[in-house]
Amino acid sequence: MALDKIEVEKIAHLARLQISESDVIETGQRISNILAMIDQMQSVDTSSVEPMAHPFDAVQRLRPDVVTESNQRDYLQKIAPATQDGLYLVPKVIE
Amino acid sequence: MLSKTVTELAASLAQKKISARELTQAYLDRIQQLNPALNAYITITAEQALAQADAADARLARGDAGPLTGIPIAHKDIFCTRDVLTTCGSRMLHNFVAPYDACVVERLEQAGAIMLGKTNMDEFAMGSSNETSWFGGVRNPWDQTRVPGGSSGGSAAAVAADLCVMATGTDTGGSIRQPASFCGITGLKPTYGRVSRFGMIAFASSLDQAGPLTKSAHDAALMMNAIAGTDLRDSTCLDLPAEDFTAELNKPLNGLRIGLPRQHFTADLNPSVQNILQEAIKTLESLGVTFVEVDLPNNHLSVPAYYVIAPAEASANLSRYDGVRFGYRCENPQNLEDLYKRSRGEGFGDEVKRRILVGTYALSAGYYDAYYIKAQKIRRLIKNDFDEAFKSVDLILGPTSPHTAFKTGEKVSDPVTMYLEDIYTIAVNLAGLPGMSLPAGLLNGLPIGMQLVGPALSEARLLNVAHQFQLNTDWHTKRPEV
Repeated sequence: MALDKIEVEKIAHLARLQISESDVIETGQRISNILAMIDQMQSVDTSSVEPMAHPFDAVQRLRPDVVTESNQRDYLQKIAPATQDGLYLVPKVIE
Repeated sequence: MLSKTVTELAASLAQKKISARELTQAYLDRIQQLNPALNAYITITAEQALAQADAADARLARGDAGPLTGIPIAHKDIFCTRDVLTTCGSRMLHNFVAPYDACVVERLEQAGAIMLGKTNMDEFAMGSSNETSWFGGVRNPWDQTRVPGGSSGGSAAAVAADLCVMATGTDTGGSIRQPASFCGITGLKPTYGRVSRFGMIAFASSLDQAGPLTKSAHDAALMMNAIAGTDLRDSTCLDLPAEDFTAELNKPLNGLRIGLPRQHFTADLNPSVQNILQEAIKTLESLGVTFVEVDLPNNHLSVPAYYVIAPAEASANLSRYDGVRFGYRCENPQNLEDLYKRSRGEGFGDEVKRRILVGTYALSAGYYDAYYIKAQKIRRLIKNDFDEAFKSVDLILGPTSPHTAFKTGEKVSDPVTMYLEDIYTIAVNLAGLPGMSLPAGLLNGLPIGMQLVGPALSEARLLNVAHQFQLNTDWHTKRPEV
């Protein structure tokens, strides 16, 4: 199926991705081509098939709920774009 | 000297014919000389490499060296390396100095391998040609007007051009096997969960798997011995006892049954590649292997299903890049939403953005069943095909790629054509199986690989067949003139 401009902008918003005005049409066309290729799936009857999320149908292994990591805040925040007093800085959210 | 395998160099190191420091310096010199043209490395860690080499020499002198001690290695830039730039081929991580080591990096360091640097790759491992890297494409050492394959193209080119002895790679839909084929080297994608994904930057978590790119199957087995095995930090890592992947290398192939999928040997496969595979089949027959035809009837659906599942998982995995805690941040954000959208819009390249959008669409309300659940059902059909085939054969043999390395720029403008490059490799990831590519011949001076696929956990058997093939052929010893 073909995606129009409004749909591309909606998905881009859901993904929090800025797509420049001049790229929206071309992006929509390319994604539509990909979706057309994907649509080959629809020709197969899968009504009696169970979905497979993991190659061996394994479930997540759990570990005891105990602290295993030490506090490395200062070291980890060295690579942050902006921090202050151990906090990450972002533009003001609440006026 | 620099074209030697791990096993050959380990002998030279043990006999003190060369020191780890001399060997490391020789590779660093060659990298300095050839990397400007090939662009295989994003980061070269010369200083750390020489320090590691000195430590390896000390270990060798003490007599407590393992098979990889003193052997120079390159890591794909998808593996986190503590205090070393780890970019994943992206502008988003152009300034990301990882605060910890990936499990694979840690284990190879413990084994005494020496890290020469970090190799170039398609951005976030999304590509089959290495052209999506923010740091520019890698050139194929066999013909610099051609691509090395992707996404582990830098690793494959570095091994082929003797810019390292061995390299790490990752494979989500063919990213170890296809570049191994295009560069004339050996590449193994292990069973899903064999190797820890801890510290390996996530693309599609139910498909991603790390593995070796080497000059021989024997070397791949040695690398597997170092990297495979349980790691509690990756909850999808299989909990299995340690295995010696070299144990079966010398087992005779008598009585082995290998399947040839009818769906792989069709008109879509270049006839010259078919001829090369037929020669390889004859070699294996002379070693006692019996070949039979098998069916993988849903193989043609693997690319469509993959391009739902992989982008869906990627759209979730890549939501962590938000310009707040690490990585690229846009200039002068007007508000929080602007910070997110512009950091991501400017930090990611076109192919990554496309896949995030496709994945977001497939997971969005109203489309989830038609795309995501449907793809997961197809995934089971594909796995069932392999299960059925492995009832009558031990392994499957076929092409890795439909053709040899293509020209830079030839396919990059058409995503769907590029996606179909992985038609023979993607099903293996969907089914979680081990697969490898090994050099099977040269076509107009360019290497072409053949693919071996086995049931889950059959790596030792794959390596056995590959090693026996390499004992009886010399394609894996061919090197480009760079």
